[in-house]
Amino acid sequence: MATVIELPIETYAGPVDPDWCPGCGDFGVLKAVKVAAGKLGIKPKDLVVVSGIGCSSNLPGFIHAYGVHSLHGRAVAVAQGIKLANHDLHVVVTGGDGDGYGIGIGHFIHAMRRNIDITYVVMNNQIYGLTTGQASPTTMKDVRTKSTPRGNAEPPINPIALALVSGATYVARGFSGEPEHLAQLIAGGIAHRGFALIDVFSPCVTYNKVNTYPWFKQRIYKLEEEVGYDPSDAMAALQKSFEWGDRIPIGLFYKDAHPIYEDSEPALRRGPLVRHPLRPERAIFEELLAELM
Amino acid sequence: MREVTVGIGGAAGDGLDKTGDTLAKTAARLGLYVYAYNSYQSVIRGGHIWLRVRIGEKRVTSHGDHLNVLIALNQDSIERHAREVEPGGAVIYNSDKLKLDPTLLRNNVLPVPLPVSAITKPLGKIPPVMQNTVALGALLFLIGLDFETAASVLTDTFKHKGQAVIDQNVAIARAGYDYAREHFVPLGYTWTFTHIRRPFITGNEAFAIGAVMAGCKFYSAYPMTPASSILHWMAAHAERCGIVVKQCEDELAVVNMAIGAGYAGVRAMCGTSGGGFALMTEAIGQAGMIEAPLVVIEVQRGGPSTGLPTKTEQGDLNQVFGASQGDYPRVIIAPGDVADCFATVVEAFNLAEKYQLPVIIMSDLLLSEHPETIEPEALRYDVPIERGELVTEWDESQGRYKRYVFTRSGVSPRALPGTEGAVHVAATDDHDEEGILISDIFTSPPVRRKIHEKRMRKLEAVLRELPPPVLEGPEDADVTLIGWGSTKGVIQEAAEKLAREGIRANHLHIKYLFPFHAREVTEILRRCRKIVGVEANYSGQFARYLRAETGISVDALIRKYDGEPFEPHQIVESVKAILQGKPRTLDVAEDEACEIANHYIRTHLDDDARPGRVSRLERDGFEEPLWSVEIISRETGQRRGRLLIGVETGSTYRWEESAS
Repeated sequence: MATVIELPIETYAGPVDPDWCPGCGDFGVLKAVKVAAGKLGIKPKDLVVVSGIGCSSNLPGFIHAYGVHSLHGRAVAVAQGIKLANHDLHVVVTGGDGDGYGIGIGHFIHAMRRNIDITYVVMNNQIYGLTTGQASPTTMKDVRTKSTPRGNAEPPINPIALALVSGATYVARGFSGEPEHLAQLIAGGIAHRGFALIDVFSPCVTYNKVNTYPWFKQRIYKLEEEVGYDPSDAMAALQKSFEWGDRIPIGLFYKDAHPIYEDSEPALRRGPLVRHPLRPERAIFEELLAELM
Repeated sequence: MREVTVGIGGAAGDGLDKTGDTLAKTAARLGLYVYAYNSYQSVIRGGHIWLRVRIGEKRVTSHGDHLNVLIALNQDSIERHAREVEPGGAVIYNSDKLKLDPTLLRNNVLPVPLPVSAITKPLGKIPPVMQNTVALGALLFLIGLDFETAASVLTDTFKHKGQAVIDQNVAIARAGYDYAREHFVPLGYTWTFTHIRRPFITGNEAFAIGAVMAGCKFYSAYPMTPASSILHWMAAHAERCGIVVKQCEDELAVVNMAIGAGYAGVRAMCGTSGGGFALMTEAIGQAGMIEAPLVVIEVQRGGPSTGLPTKTEQGDLNQVFGASQGDYPRVIIAPGDVADCFATVVEAFNLAEKYQLPVIIMSDLLLSEHPETIEPEALRYDVPIERGELVTEWDESQGRYKRYVFTRSGVSPRALPGTEGAVHVAATDDHDEEGILISDIFTSPPVRRKIHEKRMRKLEAVLRELPPPVLEGPEDADVTLIGWGSTKGVIQEAAEKLAREGIRANHLHIKYLFPFHAREVTEILRRCRKIVGVEANYSGQFARYLRAETGISVDALIRKYDGEPFEPHQIVESVKAILQGKPRTLDVAEDEACEIANHYIRTHLDDDARPGRVSRLERDGFEEPLWSVEIISRETGQRRGRLLIGVETGSTYRWEESAS
């Protein structure tokens, strides 16, 4: 195995500074993504960061890597197309809870079911930020927002449980207030062969006055420090995924090796599609013609 | 011109498509031209399937106006179609199971009852579906096609099932052929067989094969009639042709995956029908914005909404024009026939990559699903492949790579992810030359203006590259027929028919819908006397577009939106009525009253009756004239009652049961 040459974080310095609100959780996530890529020695040219729309989805503009800032909810679909076209690339999707667990939830579930080898980092702030503070799919029940002035009537999505039952093979949760731990989780996700979800508590300091840094700090604990916790045990992971309240786990919930979608595609055995010759062999043309006669 | 049209009627599951395919390929191997159209329903078993196979010594470009031989696989088909068979023709049916009421036949139509079990008795027990093969054998004799050629087609068709199956099929067809030879006189067709072999191919197959030859490596789709057969073809050939074929969770994923693949550098295509296209529209604007190449095939069916899943229409033009918010560069092409489907998809990939934009190909059920013979040279191996300007490496000492650099042509050389030194973001928010968003901190109006102009400017070069339409037929015609897409062949044939009746017609057919050759089309139409639009939709969507682009209004419109494709005579009759100044009638015609009665029988009378005599009544207490359709028992032939149908509204007013 080739030795990994780690790259410094400056390698990924983007052309412009982030325009997130001061104190936004997403700063920590951006840094963690850069640290993770550097730790794995991924050159900017081989990294594609794909996002949808939302505050957090502006991330590709702030990192020196290839990127697609796609449509609201469609990042995971675009990312899969990129991965299937060139599976030598490292494809990381970054976005928010509204983007991934609301409008884009169909792609999220099906990408996990396929176990396609992409990494999905969701900056989960439990609110719609860029549209100035409406309830999101992860806003807790009874929380008042601009769109739920009498309190949110709907219970939130449980992204960890959803990922576990949908077939993701690397399921983790981080906290942007713990950037080093988060970077490890993201690096683990990128290195993992298969679909990796890293759901990140990334507080919105402007619109979410409930789930704040102190709120999380009082509650979170790391699964890695939990004696006897085995991340290869799917049922244990599922049980942990429902823990919410005074104690909320972060860390690696689940990881296991399973065949990835790319393994099932005969065309990909000949290397990335993008490097295949465009024209088929002449014999194929003759065969296709014969079928029509 | 020597030609024959064979109609095969039955239910879904009767296997009539295989029978039609064998007939068509037999004719094609003999060097004849074939055009087939299958009118089918959204049902897996049952329903009424009506396949017409038109065979001619010269090229046939529609299923035509005639019915010469009917092969009826069930009673329903006899009752619906026997009276359409023209004098000199024949009705072939399995007399073990079906009855042919001779009063249904026009003069000089030959009944051909086949006692299938007696004919096939020496061959042992055969599956019921093989009654078709007996009928096919009899048909070959009656219309003078060579049996050995048919045997060779059957041999190739069943090759994968082994020699025993081949032998059984050939023996059964031969039994039918021999029985007909012993009992009937042929219908008098004499053919000159050139034995020039032509591919027999559908529009969707032509799209798929064209895409493979053009280097398509990624095809995504969600099942939707009538685009699904592209998915099926691609899936069946994916491994051999080295294509990743992705059936996705929805059309949102379909188009976004294709855009991702196109961005990453492979030629990517997706296909759908109008409903799926509606879900794709936002992403098509995305391809325009991030300048990713994309080819989308939109195979129209009857709309709106779920509409007519298995019927044809050209009703999605407004949708395709209106797809996505804002202005963005895109190309919209409507091929006119099956050979053109192959050429169009090749052209679409080149345009998509050279100009880095979405190309939408508009087909419809008729064009995509009907097979016809095409000239062998229409399918080419060495198609032109033009990828446009690609940056394969970038020396950063020359400065930062600008993905969207402002150029005179509007085309900015494209770098694929993985390229050293050319890292950039492709963003759906508007952006500057480098791809950096301009919408966040300060939306610079001049940067926005210049990048918008850069993108849109690409269309100028596209338009220069596309060949303008050409007026076919006499310059000084009485009437000019203008159409687009799949109606090309039928309009051409209608123009020829009009000429034979002394009406000089010419034909302007539009393939490139956007960008539009407004100047050239205006020049052509200004010289025309009477312009008649022909479209398979309700509102004349193209005519409206033509008016917007040229200021020219058509003098009249011939429209069809009943789900069935145009037949040449329908256009001819409409043109004559227009020239005579007759107002267009929307009244229910007599044959339509029968079809309305058939629908009533199916939904209210348990399907065991059929329409009989039709008469027209004046008002009779209703606010409009009426069709009175006599309903007859299938079993006994007894009158069961009558159905009153409004001539103007088509309303089924009343079912009056006869006193028994």
